Amino acid sequence: MINAGDTAWMLAATALVLLMTPALGLFYAGLVREKNTLNTFMMSIAALAVATVTWALIGYSIAFDGDGSILGGLHNAFLHDVGLEPRANSTIPHILFFAFQATFCIVTTALVSGAVVERMRFGPFLVFAALWSVLVYAVLAHWAFGGGWLISGGTLDFAGGVPVEMGSGFSALAAAIVVGGRKDYGRQALLPHNTVYVLLGAGLLWFGWFGFNGGSGFSVGAPGVLAFTNTLLTPACTLGVWMILDIIRGRQATAIGAATAIIVGCVGITPAAGFISPMWAMVLGVVAALPSYAVIILRPRFRIDETLDVLAAHGVAGFTGILFIGFFAQKGWNGVSDGLVYGNFDQLVDQVLAALAAPAYAFGMTFALLKIIGAVTPLRSTTHQEAIGMDETFHGEEAYPSGEGAVLVMTEPRAKQDDPRVATPV
Amino acid sequence: MKLVIGIVRPERVNDVLRALYKAEVRGITLTRVQGHGGELERVETYRGMTVQVGMEDKARFEIAVSDEFVDPAIEALCEGGRTGEVGDGKIFVVPLERVVRIRTGEEDNAAVTPVGA
Repeated sequence: MINAGDTAWMLAATALVLLMTPALGLFYAGLVREKNTLNTFMMSIAALAVATVTWALIGYSIAFDGDGSILGGLHNAFLHDVGLEPRANSTIPHILFFAFQATFCIVTTALVSGAVVERMRFGPFLVFAALWSVLVYAVLAHWAFGGGWLISGGTLDFAGGVPVEMGSGFSALAAAIVVGGRKDYGRQALLPHNTVYVLLGAGLLWFGWFGFNGGSGFSVGAPGVLAFTNTLLTPACTLGVWMILDIIRGRQATAIGAATAIIVGCVGITPAAGFISPMWAMVLGVVAALPSYAVIILRPRFRIDETLDVLAAHGVAGFTGILFIGFFAQKGWNGVSDGLVYGNFDQLVDQVLAALAAPAYAFGMTFALLKIIGAVTPLRSTTHQEAIGMDETFHGEEAYPSGEGAVLVMTEPRAKQDDPRVATPV
Repeated sequence: MKLVIGIVRPERVNDVLRALYKAEVRGITLTRVQGHGGELERVETYRGMTVQVGMEDKARFEIAVSDEFVDPAIEALCEGGRTGEVGDGKIFVVPLERVVRIRTGEEDNAAVTPVGA
């Protein structure tokens, strides 16, 4: 039976989650150098096209058709039998469920780009995004959401700690290793060019996250409402703790640190959103800040140029959130299961299993996938292209063109011949 | 005393700086400029409007040096700025009439010699 209230909320939630992808593009674009602004943003924008198409053609079916332990079936491929009638055990149209899940696949695919910005060629990235969205995201989504071995074994993952957060974070690590670092990484200061974008992007991501977590109850019932509220509480606590850590470490609360903290908090609560009480959600906000902060501090000491800290912000915080459920899940709030603190040790075992399996699969599959693509075509731009920037190299545009000295090229060839002033280069 | 003006590619600025420091040339002014020196036209498209970018972004170094540092400065600019492609830039050397260090009132060679050198 379709429920009007549930459907109305899920329509809105789907749109909220879709906003997260351009928000992520803005966040990432601010973190790179001026000459790579558009390319970085375009990697997220491209995911809107690539991942939507792959999701509709095959990804959705692999993730959500049937309850095979490793992979779903192909019955829903090409959206076969995905119609207006409600999906089994739900109160919203099947096609709306598909669209909501599609927005998750899109933003997750975009997330991985953070590891390879400023040097990866755009064409190979598109190929990678298409294959990754099916071979990594759809498979992990099946494990955690679609009836695969994790969810059927009892692992709790409310809104995507497994496929979205650990899936993107550990894939990002593999991608950074295979593609290699930027040419000047570790030798020159490669600084963010617009911190205002970073803050605005983080704010818009948080806004979208209310649909992401709040919609993952698929109804206007209790789990969704709890998840929605926890999405306010956890990131707020992470943000507070992060500023304190910044002040302790460097005497100043940094703006980029604050933006990062918002993401870390949102990621931390993602798997746990509908399973823990609001007070534990606040504790999670505090706890989640620590390992991610540590990884961000340590990362520049390693040779791996995981450029925009996808591993720290998503992989590590997702890992923290998944494990947190094993301790502090509360049946009184979620109606499903208790964690260790409430006397259920088995829940922690299930969570540990997910926290080991998802990173291993994401890392291994992404590593192999990029090696294969790299054997066919170079993944990296040339040193010269990297020097002049990705925007000019792959898009023929600049983020901030001055327009000075630019000559309009006439569309009619006759004009060029008749008027030598137009034809003559400056 | 000479004023050495070097116009180089912006993406080579860090290499030029490194070469200048290695040559112990330390008094440097850097400006972002736009210029054109005969390189091939670059074409960009914005919503169907195609433009030839006539002016390329360049970086301009201004380095005031005593006579014995003229050649090291020029060599550093060449070494750091050269890619071999058209558009690597130019170096102009012009005589300096007078130099004053504002802080101390020192003039000429004393003023272009870095503190502590």
